[in-house]
Amino acid sequence: MSLKFIKHPMKVAIAGCLSVAFYAQADIKIGVAGPFSGPNATYGAQYWKGASQAAEDINAAGGINGEKIVLVQGDDACEPKQAVSVANRLVDQDKVMAVVGHFCSSSTMPASEVYDEAGVLAITPGSTNPKITERGMKTMFRMCGRDDQQGAIAADYIIDKLKAKKVVIIHDKDTYGQGLADATKASLEKRGVKEVLYEGLSRGEKDFNALVTKIGALKPDVVYFGGCHPEAGPLVRQMREQGVNAAFFSGDCIVTEEMVTAAGGPQYTKGVYMTFGNDPRTLADGKAVIEKFRASGFEPEGYTLYAYASVQTLAAAYKAAGKDNTKASDWLKANSVDTVMGKKAWDSKGDLKVSDYVVYQWDDKGKYHQL
Amino acid sequence: MDAFFLQQLINGLTLGAVYGLIAIGYTMVYGIIGMINFAHGEVYMISAYLCAIGLAILSYFGIHSFPLLIFGTLIFTIIVTAAYGWAIERIAYRPLRNSTRLAPLISAIGMSLILQNYVQLSQGPNQQGIPTLLTGVWRMEFDGGVVQITWTKIFILIAAFCGMALLTWIIQYTKLGRICRAVQQDRRMASILGINTDRVISLVFVIGAAMAGLAGVLVTMNYGTFDFYAGFIIGIKAFTAAVLGGIGSLPGAMLGGLLLGVAEAQFAGMVNSDYKDVFSFSLLVVILIFRPQGLLGRPLVAKV
Repeated sequence: MSLKFIKHPMKVAIAGCLSVAFYAQADIKIGVAGPFSGPNATYGAQYWKGASQAAEDINAAGGINGEKIVLVQGDDACEPKQAVSVANRLVDQDKVMAVVGHFCSSSTMPASEVYDEAGVLAITPGSTNPKITERGMKTMFRMCGRDDQQGAIAADYIIDKLKAKKVVIIHDKDTYGQGLADATKASLEKRGVKEVLYEGLSRGEKDFNALVTKIGALKPDVVYFGGCHPEAGPLVRQMREQGVNAAFFSGDCIVTEEMVTAAGGPQYTKGVYMTFGNDPRTLADGKAVIEKFRASGFEPEGYTLYAYASVQTLAAAYKAAGKDNTKASDWLKANSVDTVMGKKAWDSKGDLKVSDYVVYQWDDKGKYHQL
Repeated sequence: MDAFFLQQLINGLTLGAVYGLIAIGYTMVYGIIGMINFAHGEVYMISAYLCAIGLAILSYFGIHSFPLLIFGTLIFTIIVTAAYGWAIERIAYRPLRNSTRLAPLISAIGMSLILQNYVQLSQGPNQQGIPTLLTGVWRMEFDGGVVQITWTKIFILIAAFCGMALLTWIIQYTKLGRICRAVQQDRRMASILGINTDRVISLVFVIGAAMAGLAGVLVTMNYGTFDFYAGFIIGIKAFTAAVLGGIGSLPGAMLGGLLLGVAEAQFAGMVNSDYKDVFSFSLLVVILIFRPQGLLGRPLVAKV
């Protein structure tokens, strides 16, 4: 019995040494941080698939100046507190060179402060809250657009195409959701449409019937929702069940086929509008990569290619400027990178120079199409 | 009373019926061993998964008629959930029966995390769903407005009412219920009189879990979607309902659940949904200030 007790820590110690040795061999370590658990885990899975495929492809082509990319996973579960501890672990323990992440804006905000302090280059494939790149951080980049751009596109569509007079705005009280709702609200107001209702619901709940009844009583033309699919699904379902037939409009956090599951079937998501970047799957640049994903049985939807492009961007910067994060970030702000999503260039804040939000609509088979 | 108010009342009652069913599990366990079973919300979450599994099994065998499908699923879910309730008590609480009061509480929190992670790892973190079983809605003109209720919600109200009535009958009028009440009043005395208290406690866990199983099926039918995290918020709400109605009291749990559901819906409808949780918890605080034992709870008498 006592022998067993001694044996066990030794095994751990040996395993520990092995893992250290394994990591010492690694050349460029990149953290991939996002929700790998929790209700938004589907986006974490997209990140990981995209990033690991990119690392594999780059390593197969000779790596970054001969050095291999090694990815380390960091799970924040879309919880701001957990995001900070994961960021600290990635920086202090795993000693990553750069981070691809996070997903939820409420996680990216606090985590990026850790990266900024440690001089770690961070590039988020999916966090769209405007504030993220407005804080003067030199090493913070974005692979996606911003909510103020997204909100403006949504507002234009709501006014010009849907000819809506009465708009209800609902959000999930989160940094991302409320930020997006506020951006859309501001853009609508700029064009002279004042919302008839502006309210928040609670993340994690499933019953929004009381809110839906209230929405229904106002007889709106459009219901705009700032939030993600775990709440958007039940919300749109309960609207349709109560006979509220207003158009449902949301942002880039319902870009997953799980939206249909969350709503309970394509009969509920039919006709739902959303804004998202120009579908990277339609671009010629990524054709070979997309085929590779599909061959492995994974549909590279949502943010998969954004994560792929983020790793490509990091690789290009290190290749050109060397393993120095200050130089690499200066290089990124002065040059453009050919990614799986086309040529991308960044301004001095770390935002993309060109963002290409478009409006999508879900069909009756549970798929979404660019309009 | 206008149509809007009535509609919100319906919304609140369906939500509250579910809170009440889950609250029964909290209140019965508390009543009998004075412990809060924090893993109870997770039992409810597991029952949602079981509901989907049950439906899948039945449709695999070619059963597609609604009554058969729903009764088969209900029976399957309630039996397996009850088994979970029994196992949880056996593994996490019985060994700690005679230790300090805090030990089973910590054990309950641990059990809750274990169940949550076990479901996440075995079933994946994704949203899961079941197809809509019962479509159709009943609309009624009322006072110039339209009040409507889906068949699913009518079914929920009826099923929840039947479940509660059956349980009340068992506790009030059967031998089994008399034994439960005896153990609740004085465990040691009951055991001196020849009652196998361990078995009664197991039974209480089984009944509580079965009610959570019923709630799980009803909620899954209504919203069509669930994930491994689904038990957390609803568990907290149900616990609140149990405290509101007077923890330890069976009718109190039902009343607390309905009251909480209606209060939430009316507040969200008339004032603001941002602050509906603030409102329901403020309500709890106010009620506990004036009636510390809850609405229908018995006042705490210090045992000397």
